[in-house]
Amino acid sequence: MAQPTRRGFLVGLAAGSVALLNSEALASAIGEVEGGQNELGMLYDASKCVGCKACMAGCKRVNGDYGSLSYERAPFDQDGLWDAPADLSGSTRTLIKLFKQSDSEWSYVKYSCMHCRKPSCVSVCPVSAMTRDPRTGIVDYSKDTCIGCRYCQVACAFNIPRFQWDSATPQIVKCDLCLHTNLAKKGITACAEVCPTGAILFGKRADLLATARARLAEQPGLYLNHIYGENEVGGTNHLYLAAMPFDRLGLPQLPGNPPAEFSEKIQHTIYKGFVAPVALYGTLCWLALRNLKKHPDGSHAGDEKGDGHES
Amino acid sequence: MSHDDFQRHEASIFTPAFFVLLLLTLIGFFLVALRFIKGIGAVSNMSDGYPWGIWITYDVATGTAIACGGYAMAILVYIRNQMHYHPMIRSAILTSLFGYGLAGFSVMVDVGRPWNAYNFFIPSKWQINSAMFEVALCVMAYTTVLLIEFLPALLTRLEEADRKSVHRLVEWLHCKTGVAPNRLMTRLEWVQAMASWLRPRLDKVLIFIIVLGITLPTMHQSSLGSLLLIASTKLHPLWHTGFLPLLFLINCVYIGYSICILESVLSSYGFKRPYETKELAGLATIIPWVTVIWLTVVFGDLAWRGQLGKIFAFDFYAGFFLLEIALVGGGSLILFSAKNRRSVRWLFVSAALIVLGGALYRFNVYLIGFNPGEGWRYFPSLAEFMITIGIIAFEILCYKVLVKILPVLPRLHGRDHQAQADRTPCPLAEHA
Repeated sequence: MAQPTRRGFLVGLAAGSVALLNSEALASAIGEVEGGQNELGMLYDASKCVGCKACMAGCKRVNGDYGSLSYERAPFDQDGLWDAPADLSGSTRTLIKLFKQSDSEWSYVKYSCMHCRKPSCVSVCPVSAMTRDPRTGIVDYSKDTCIGCRYCQVACAFNIPRFQWDSATPQIVKCDLCLHTNLAKKGITACAEVCPTGAILFGKRADLLATARARLAEQPGLYLNHIYGENEVGGTNHLYLAAMPFDRLGLPQLPGNPPAEFSEKIQHTIYKGFVAPVALYGTLCWLALRNLKKHPDGSHAGDEKGDGHES
Repeated sequence: MSHDDFQRHEASIFTPAFFVLLLLTLIGFFLVALRFIKGIGAVSNMSDGYPWGIWITYDVATGTAIACGGYAMAILVYIRNQMHYHPMIRSAILTSLFGYGLAGFSVMVDVGRPWNAYNFFIPSKWQINSAMFEVALCVMAYTTVLLIEFLPALLTRLEEADRKSVHRLVEWLHCKTGVAPNRLMTRLEWVQAMASWLRPRLDKVLIFIIVLGITLPTMHQSSLGSLLLIASTKLHPLWHTGFLPLLFLINCVYIGYSICILESVLSSYGFKRPYETKELAGLATIIPWVTVIWLTVVFGDLAWRGQLGKIFAFDFYAGFFLLEIALVGGGSLILFSAKNRRSVRWLFVSAALIVLGGALYRFNVYLIGFNPGEGWRYFPSLAEFMITIGIIAFEILCYKVLVKILPVLPRLHGRDHQAQADRTPCPLAEHA
């Protein structure tokens, strides 16, 4: 199974993922045993992308109502003929961009949520509006819980979550692997479903990694020898292959340690078992009560003399 | 801890300053209304790269530090047992109350979906990994604690309300509501009786509330630093460190003491009361030691992380870092001299420098040292500024009105008549 046909690959993965979503017991069992190898993700191969943007159109068509996405008009486009987002935004969950190094060297790149394995946005959300499903690895957002504090935006190293700045009832917008739309209906994300060249593959992380490694092995001259997302910030379920340096494509160079691990370690050290705050309160109470005994109520004039100001 | 330490400031409420502050407040609140109708983007320059602007950086992160006067004074009085500072505590608590209350108000303006804030009270939604969760709960709890701490001022006022003003109130209420004066009188007397009943009982447990009021800021002021721990890829290495919680905690203590000096000098000047030079000199002795500890942690941590070289890059970031250090360090140097500590002018200058430097540190962490990547820019819009200014104006307005209604400012012992008569005090001559 070195190079399966695209259709066969997709159908197989789709069937597998639907089974995964449906049989909870099985899924949680393998999820635990295999260290999350069955988590769902996508592999975007920049060298196969032709920039047709069918994924963008598909994403907005499928998720428009659920995610309150609207079409973004270009300044010259009075009739609203095209959807022309300039960047990921409160109306756009995924975006194709073209990076030109020279007239002959260029690459497309697709942006959408990386579905980190240790997501910062989930770690910082104060009310659990951002959640990560331990079985599927999907990082999901609930507008019914979100208070709109935008801490997820501050925390995300990829600047993925976007906010609807011009709305009185704004939401955070980001890819949820079509969890409530296409994935629930068809078992595949809308962007992967419509991609005509196989640049976007949807499937289990382990399978996607195997595919990526096989491609690197087959055409070492074509690709940079790096699977972006394999180790970045603790690994992501959205993986990338490309022929150009990833930081040029707008995918930042990041350390292997998840930032959320660092911050949680400190926060947990301070608040472990709530012992420190209680101990602090107890000690301070003891000190304050002892001090008050030295200054019985009403002896205010005595305070001034007794204490002296020269101390 | 006698309630005799405090008195009402007898003066007119409707001064020219009152109307200026009122105007600024109204402009600010108009823009707040606009934000709720048209969205945050309509009034602010925040973006997906800079999702936190000056509302979070100033109103919340810096405003609560400036409101740490009550915290710092409570440590001094109740924990370090310096009871002679007790007369200064009530005005410190009042400013803390406004600082925190309005930080809470700003948060409600800043967050996009405030109607979902009830989730903070639903345990299944709690997310204990989030520093924001800790900050939110602690700030709400502390604002309540401050309200209770301030309650004695209100209760004393209710008890001591004289017959004449009560009668005036009854007459006014009668005209407005049409309720018979006798029934109103009975109700007001009942309120007074309740106040006299509640105050001694509150006094008994107040110390436990006060200590809670010391514990909570210790927790959330450090967590305000923890908020930026996650931004390891965005915050400049001069500021991103595991010691952020500790640095924010120490930072709020020296800002707290310095702001007490500023407030005391300003209100003595503004309300034409004698300066509390002796108490201020005492406070000023503490401040430089706190800042020295802070500076030691800052530089020790930079050395330990091997980032000292970043200071000598002399770029944009190094510039703001050096400015912050110069303000805090310079202000502290002034206060090391005992002569300067007895001068109201030097006290004011050094306290102002330290507050500015301490506040700049928080701006550096939240905004100036924060770089989300190429292509993102942020400078607050005029409307964004005006909302913050409106909120500050409202804060000062309420303070000025309340000290004239409730016994908040330190009692002037035997100096009342002299102070009332002498409308042009000479500040520097007072203790020279």
